[in-house]
Amino acid sequence: MPVHAITPNYSGEVKDRVENFHGNQVVYVGWDKHLMFCAPFAFPLPPDMPFRVLLETVMPDPFCVHPEWEKIDWSQVNWLLDGKPFMPQLDVALQDQGVGHKSVVRFQTPELLGFHNAGV
Amino acid sequence: MATKKLNLKDKYRLLTRDLDWEFSYQDRKEAFPYEEFEGIKITDWSKWEDPFRLTMDSYWKYQAEKEKKLYAILDAFSQNNGQTNISDPRYVNALKIFLTGVSPLEYQAYQGFAQTGREFGGIGARVACQMQSIDELRHVQTQIHAMSHYNKFFDGFQEFSHQHDRIWYLSVPKSFFNDARAAGPFEFMVAIGFSFEYVLTNLLFVPFMSGAAYNGDMATVTFGFSAQSDEARHMTLGLEVIKFLLEQHEDNVPIVQKWIDKWFWRGTRLLTIVAMMMDYMLPNKVMSWKEAWEVYFEEAGGALFKDLARYGIRMPKYAETIEKEKEHISHQAWWTFYTHGHATGFHTWVPSDEELDWLSEKYPDTFDKYYRPRWEMAKEMEAKGERFYTKALPQLCTVCQIPMLFTEMDDPTQTCYRSSDYEENKYHFCSDGCKDIFDDEPEKYVQSWLPVHQIFQGNCGGPDVEDILRDYYRINVGTDNMDMKGSPDELRWKEWKGTA
Repeated sequence: MPVHAITPNYSGEVKDRVENFHGNQVVYVGWDKHLMFCAPFAFPLPPDMPFRVLLETVMPDPFCVHPEWEKIDWSQVNWLLDGKPFMPQLDVALQDQGVGHKSVVRFQTPELLGFHNAGV
Repeated sequence: MATKKLNLKDKYRLLTRDLDWEFSYQDRKEAFPYEEFEGIKITDWSKWEDPFRLTMDSYWKYQAEKEKKLYAILDAFSQNNGQTNISDPRYVNALKIFLTGVSPLEYQAYQGFAQTGREFGGIGARVACQMQSIDELRHVQTQIHAMSHYNKFFDGFQEFSHQHDRIWYLSVPKSFFNDARAAGPFEFMVAIGFSFEYVLTNLLFVPFMSGAAYNGDMATVTFGFSAQSDEARHMTLGLEVIKFLLEQHEDNVPIVQKWIDKWFWRGTRLLTIVAMMMDYMLPNKVMSWKEAWEVYFEEAGGALFKDLARYGIRMPKYAETIEKEKEHISHQAWWTFYTHGHATGFHTWVPSDEELDWLSEKYPDTFDKYYRPRWEMAKEMEAKGERFYTKALPQLCTVCQIPMLFTEMDDPTQTCYRSSDYEENKYHFCSDGCKDIFDDEPEKYVQSWLPVHQIFQGNCGGPDVEDILRDYYRINVGTDNMDMKGSPDELRWKEWKGTA
């Protein structure tokens, strides 16, 4: 039973359906083990945005304040898309490589251990 | 002529049980339509034991006496400029969270108990809910009165009611209560009456009222005392509800257990803010969150669940996770507010060196290893004139609506990600506890009003964060928000104390 309601066949309004975002979809981006950023970030992005724009224009603005951001060797980064290993294609649109509405993109930089090596 | 006086027993019978009547030409089920859909089976309402044999006439008398004392002290507090006797102006920020986040819940409790008091078929339970409903209304009123004095001297109190319905972090307490009130009457009672009022309320009220006492806030202490006898009654009602449901029918046991699991989890998530207040916001500390959790949940709650074992009720699910979380959540939460200090209706700050040492002492296994480095980083940035305010909006948990700030408890450097797919949409959670709640009733939580998504949908004004803060949240930007250092609150305090 998807809900315990007094009304038979009750269904709720999906508040976050992609149609409500004026042409954007929500994408979450988290940098693993860098908890200077207390939570992953949420971005409203056009589904046809190439991954390169996300990486080179959207992400630096909030992430670049971290002292290790400049040290990231992007060729060594491990990516996860919705929890599964993922190899972003920089010039392909988000939606054409499975980055959909409310997808979580995570990146891991195992050689960078955060501020004072504390995962911060 | 001498007035005839009823003895207590007769008075009690006439003013409670005798208020009910038999339905001769209407179907009783139509009069109490919400009593069955949750699956709870009540075979005999007359078995309800009134936990406090209080009748309405004595209720009014007791409450009126308490009000008189309370307002006398509030008047004295204000005439003597009590606000100048608090420990430190940082303390007042805890009151701002209380007024915007907790007092409106008292109002929701008033509404919820009034509704539940109509929906139960048993008169004993109806009368008890009615009294609790009136108590809750009294609590919200006395809290507003107690804090109205601070509103004259500090920023951030002026729009509490407007803000409760809008500000991102206030959707956490608001949605907690909305969830309970949108359930049936029995779940509401297990959620609020039992899980919150009985099991967890001591963790809210004791730290808050002792915190007020330790920090010279006599107005809040007095309010607390005035509410305390009501709270004792509420706790007894919560316990009676559980025992009654479990004794009525064995089929009720698994339903009640599921609700206990759900509401214990939701309650502990909500209390994260109290954890943060105790460890970071009280200039004079009472005890650490970890110590409070051990005394008020692990000892007191442990004994309670031992007692309930004879009905087949076990400890709430994820109690072991919570036991580990007591080492972490206050630090994770205050870091979140500190880094979002431009978007809060109160001030935030880096703890002093003395406070950092206190935290190391209270959390020897976790603070220096995981959390002190964050504050060292914040201090370095502040020293360079680059006080850290995060620049993008956070991902939120669909159920508790808290930013995804919690970590795996076995690896506190790793954010805890959980998700579910439901009807072609993805939903994200901060924990297994929140994911379970969603998976059980997805049609309820697909409706979550998540502040970050609402901003992206254009429902909160904008386009810039500052427009939203100023126009939609009604935060006085530059006055109510940002760091404590250099705030108008701090400057006024220094002028009062002649240290400006």
